[in-house]
Amino acid sequence: MVTLEHYLVLSALLFSLGMVGVMFRRNLIVILMSLELMLNAVNLSFVAFSRYLGSIEGQIFVLFVMVVAAAEVAVGLAIAVAVFRQRGTININDISLLKW
Amino acid sequence: MIELVWLIPIFPLIGFLINGLFGRRFSEKTIGWIGAGSVGASFVVAVSIFLELLNMAPGTRSIQKIVYSWIWSGDLNVPIGFLVDPLSIVMIMVVSGVGCIIHIYSIGYMHGEIGFRRYFSYLNLFVFNMLILVSANNFLLMFVGWEGVGLCSYLLIGYYYEKKSASDAGKKAFVVNRIGDFGFLLGMFLIFTVFGTFNYVDVFAAAPERLTQGGNLVTLITLLLFVGATGKSAQIPLYTWLPDAMEGPTPVSALIHAATMVTAGVYMVSRCSVMFAMAPVSLTVVAIIGGLTALFAATIGITQFDIKRVLAYSTISQLGFMFMACGVGAFSTGIFHLMTHAFFKALLFMAAGSVMHAMSGELDMRKMGGLRKKLPYTHWTYLFGTLAIAGIFPFAGFFSKDEILYYALQKNMVFWIMGAVAAVMTSFYMFRSVFMTFYGKSRVEPDVAHHLHESPPLMTVPLMILAFLSLVGGFVGIPVIEGAQRFSNFLSPVFAPAKAIIEHGAHHAGHHSVTAELVLMGVSLAIAILGLLVARYMYITSPETPGRIVERFSGLHRLVFNKYWIDELYDFLFVNSIVEFSRFLWKKFDEAVVDGAVNGVAAVVRTFGSVLRLLQTGLVKDYALSVLVGAMVVIGYLLLR
Repeated sequence: MVTLEHYLVLSALLFSLGMVGVMFRRNLIVILMSLELMLNAVNLSFVAFSRYLGSIEGQIFVLFVMVVAAAEVAVGLAIAVAVFRQRGTININDISLLKW
Repeated sequence: MIELVWLIPIFPLIGFLINGLFGRRFSEKTIGWIGAGSVGASFVVAVSIFLELLNMAPGTRSIQKIVYSWIWSGDLNVPIGFLVDPLSIVMIMVVSGVGCIIHIYSIGYMHGEIGFRRYFSYLNLFVFNMLILVSANNFLLMFVGWEGVGLCSYLLIGYYYEKKSASDAGKKAFVVNRIGDFGFLLGMFLIFTVFGTFNYVDVFAAAPERLTQGGNLVTLITLLLFVGATGKSAQIPLYTWLPDAMEGPTPVSALIHAATMVTAGVYMVSRCSVMFAMAPVSLTVVAIIGGLTALFAATIGITQFDIKRVLAYSTISQLGFMFMACGVGAFSTGIFHLMTHAFFKALLFMAAGSVMHAMSGELDMRKMGGLRKKLPYTHWTYLFGTLAIAGIFPFAGFFSKDEILYYALQKNMVFWIMGAVAAVMTSFYMFRSVFMTFYGKSRVEPDVAHHLHESPPLMTVPLMILAFLSLVGGFVGIPVIEGAQRFSNFLSPVFAPAKAIIEHGAHHAGHHSVTAELVLMGVSLAIAILGLLVARYMYITSPETPGRIVERFSGLHRLVFNKYWIDELYDFLFVNSIVEFSRFLWKKFDEAVVDGAVNGVAAVVRTFGSVLRLLQTGLVKDYALSVLVGAMVVIGYLLLR
């Protein structure tokens, strides 16, 4: 029997995986992908709670998150393309312009 | 016509506005005649008001005309109002009449100067303020004019502002005048606290009730007012600005620093005659300061070689005479001398300006001499002015000065001696200037000599008008003959209350002895002629005498020639200490404390910022980590609470 806990554990694992990707990878595209992973982990727990509580609201939130994620990816990839054109790299450590 | 008194100051104001705002496109001629015409219009109105006053009964010749309620706040109600009475109309006529003549003269004198329009707008603004000063019906409006003439004086002294000495002289005049104004202001405040009004008529009517005869309060008020008068009218100790004021164009010296503005103090003291009469101490102070100034300035005048400076010291000295007259209670005589002095001193200055014009700007009398033939009109008019100021019968100065000496003698022998000695010196230094300038051998430098030319009619005609006035101006106040003192009779309603107070205190009515008066007149005339003869001996008959005398008394001469080192003394005592104190405040307080506080705040903020900015690494992972840590802290708090 697959219970709520299974979903939540999976969600937590996915979230942690995404977070580790964001923290430690240097490629901007990979970081964006890891972000997607984190969002989808959250979506998973939303859906699981929705099913578990018999409430439709969690699923509505998931739809919102997907919309925002799509927009974020569009903007993020556009930035990545622009950065690459400008500086010839998408290594995150090389574009630390906003520092002291 | 009296209703239209407000027109008198308005005309010059309009002239100022037209020339000041639109004059850029006008030709010199237009600007000059707008300037002169506006003052002339005021003079015409003034004369018609004067004629109307003459037709009224003497007791009723005091009319107030309120035009506009200017300040209306609680207890303080100050209108823009005018007071027409014999005193103000005499002043208005002198200011606008002499002013108009000097404006016309200026058209010729200032021809071709760079700031021609600026000059005429300032001059008109000056006349406007001066007319406000003398025609106002309350102290506050008078103060407006008082400050206004000070401003115009500053602007016109500094007319040649590229010259350092001229702009310094302007500043000096302004600052010294401010010191006097401070006293005047305090006096005004006291008047307001005591009377609750600034209106002359109300104040002077209430003065005998509100103030005690000879009391401390009235003495304090009058002394403070007199401090203002010493500033504006260049009396000891605030006279030092006037000689330097000669840096301005000569017609300015004639109008502002001889004929009109500097007499404002005499006018003000006469206006407040009731209060001064109630304070015998103040009157004595006025008389002593006046007498000392007359004497002191005359001694300096003797030694100067700059023709305008001689005239400047002579102005200070003559103002001293006027104050002495006021101080001995003869206010109408003071005003009489004010009027005749306006004629002959404006004349002398403008004639000196004409000499300067001919001499390509040379002012040193040692480089003149023998100009009589080249400048016949200037010579004759200057001579007329000199005869008038020296007090030779029948010129104007004879009558007024004789009257002052007469009243001075009645009061106290000391005043008479001071006045008489000053009169000898006046006659001496004036004839000295005549002889050095117009007579004897020419000492003119050759390259100046062949430029020598008489001034154009625009300049000589005003000189002749004033020379005529200097000749006949005294006949409005002939002494001895009963009823011929028209001038003082005309003014008597204004000064009657003061006179009554003084005579009440003195207990003896002025015994009028015709013989004494005639003897005194003879003595005055003898004094004037003595001065003339000494000057003639020293500068015509044996020109080497002055040099010998200077050698004999070289120490004394150096002292007097350097004006008793009063300027240096003031610099040492006041100016330097104030400058030092200001420098201290600048360096120690302004820069260290004020700037230090502002810069200190900035420095603290910058230090914090330089530490905090280390957090901004620019690396995305650091920001992500901080988000993570923050989220964990929040979650941990929620779990553990």
